[in-house]
Amino acid sequence: MTPAPATLDRTKIDAAQAAVSCRGVVKEFGGGHTLVTALRGVDLDVPFGEMTLLVGPSGCGKTTLLSVIAGILDPTRGEVHVLGVDVPRLSGGRKVAFRGKNIGFVFQQYNLLPALTAAENVAVPLMIGGVSRNAAVAKALTLLPKVGLANRMNSLPSQLSGGEQQRVAIARALIHEPRFLVCDEPTAALDAENGHKILELMHEVAVSPTRAVVIVTHDNRIFSFGDRIATMEDGRIVNVESKK
Amino acid sequence: MIWIAWKMLIGNRGKYLGIVLGIAFASLLIAQQGSIFCGLMLLTTSQIQDVKGADIWVMDRNVQFIDDIKPLSEDDLYRVRGVSAVDWAVRFYKGLARARLENGNFQQVIMLGLDDGTLVGAPTEMVAGKLEDLFQPDALIVDENGYHQLWPQQPIKIGQVFEMNDRRGVIVGVCKASRTFQTFPIVYARYSLATLYAPMERKVMSFVLAQGKPGVPAEFACQAITKQTGLLALTREQFMWKTIMYYMNNTGIPVNFGITVMLGFIVGTAIAGQTFYLFTVENIKQFGALKAMGTSNPRIVGMVLFQALQVGVIGYCLGIGAAATFGAMTKSASKLAFYMPWWILLVTGGAVLVMIFLSSLLSIRKVLVVEPAIVFK
Repeated sequence: MTPAPATLDRTKIDAAQAAVSCRGVVKEFGGGHTLVTALRGVDLDVPFGEMTLLVGPSGCGKTTLLSVIAGILDPTRGEVHVLGVDVPRLSGGRKVAFRGKNIGFVFQQYNLLPALTAAENVAVPLMIGGVSRNAAVAKALTLLPKVGLANRMNSLPSQLSGGEQQRVAIARALIHEPRFLVCDEPTAALDAENGHKILELMHEVAVSPTRAVVIVTHDNRIFSFGDRIATMEDGRIVNVESKK
Repeated sequence: MIWIAWKMLIGNRGKYLGIVLGIAFASLLIAQQGSIFCGLMLLTTSQIQDVKGADIWVMDRNVQFIDDIKPLSEDDLYRVRGVSAVDWAVRFYKGLARARLENGNFQQVIMLGLDDGTLVGAPTEMVAGKLEDLFQPDALIVDENGYHQLWPQQPIKIGQVFEMNDRRGVIVGVCKASRTFQTFPIVYARYSLATLYAPMERKVMSFVLAQGKPGVPAEFACQAITKQTGLLALTREQFMWKTIMYYMNNTGIPVNFGITVMLGFIVGTAIAGQTFYLFTVENIKQFGALKAMGTSNPRIVGMVLFQALQVGVIGYCLGIGAAATFGAMTKSASKLAFYMPWWILLVTGGAVLVMIFLSSLLSIRKVLVVEPAIVFK
């Protein structure tokens, strides 16, 4: 069997095909008496052009599922295809390269590098991809105005509000034009008003016909922004609701 | 990524300075103590260094170092002169004498007796008086430091008098000389006079100073002398090293300095390692985020090693600079022995490399085992 490529030839991907396809995904941690089963046979399709919300109570396995479909954790059993690639079967190096090229991340705590300015933080994924610092920062400077931070390009994270930091994180997640965006509780550290603004912004700049967005959240104030809402309980998808 | 590593490092100024200062302190201690040790070892050879004009020292086979005097007979001098590779050879006396000053005080001095005809081994730089005055009756030349030891707080004056072995001696000159290991004043006299100041013995000649024939390497001449006379003949450098090795092997000096250097190394490694580890732990989520975003483990390790190397180089430069400044300041202002040869820089650099490597090991392990999933917690 020919191993799957680490990076994708984007022209060959059918936009109608699911960006993410999970079948019977099981994830266990530990073993013996300490065995914890976080995912118990998850089946999920995430289509392109939609914002999919993964919701459910704390401890139901949302973040574990997000880590699995982002190629950060390998499933114990089951199949996970991301952008048509069987990611768990990729070697360590190819998996890292696949993530770097095809997936954008937005974290709950932003995880910006405190010593870098907003523009430099946004440029990080390009630098990881081998783009020179000057070119990467130049591209970041064109992206920051789109997330409403034209005047904060040279500010350090400590000089930015929570909402502004999350905007920087969104720009960082999009700068290398990934086809799959994963967001972990992007509004959890924000008040209601800023949370709404962030989701509106994501809808505006992140959702496109060739990109899939998955957001893990338990913030029911933002459920209305999702095109598709997958509800999890006890390690399983119990309901998928689509607005389209 | 190197740039990001650098920004991460200097972004946390407290920890950055802590690591740099830890390494700088260790470098300072290693280089400074090493240089003092070298200076001290060099002091043991000061009289060998100060004897100019003769490349070869001939001595009894059992001599272990410059102060281990085993007198030679007059015959030995003639036997050395009889070696075909030798151009000339002269007597040289070295011993301790007790000087009785006009005020009744006694002071131990190092007596050096120079060949009456040639004055081979004489000081090369006079502060007062002339070398030729040594041919006068009872004439002595004393080194500048020794003069101030014998007559503290007195200006340098020719004509000062003291007694040794109940014989009068007159200071006819003051010269520059390297400081000695024993810190005693150095007194120069003609050989014939020096042996009168010294306690009476059957044989009094300490060394034979010799020079190989033009074009004959000193090492070759030494071998020829040893082979033909059975005496030990060494070049100046060989005798210096023999003396240094004696002190290295038979005194606690290297151990004492070694302990201090080792403590500096351990303390430096502990401070730098602990602070560097804390720095890594503090940034572990950032490293996790970089891994999640596609940075491979080798690149992460490269970032950590770069950070370690950077603080190592800066700490090393600061430490060496501080040690050199210390040496420059104390050399003129105190009696501290300080000599920093090039290999001290190399040894200190090697120690710093080991230090930062050990310091970064824990951090590297930490960033390697961190799961990118940490960013979702």
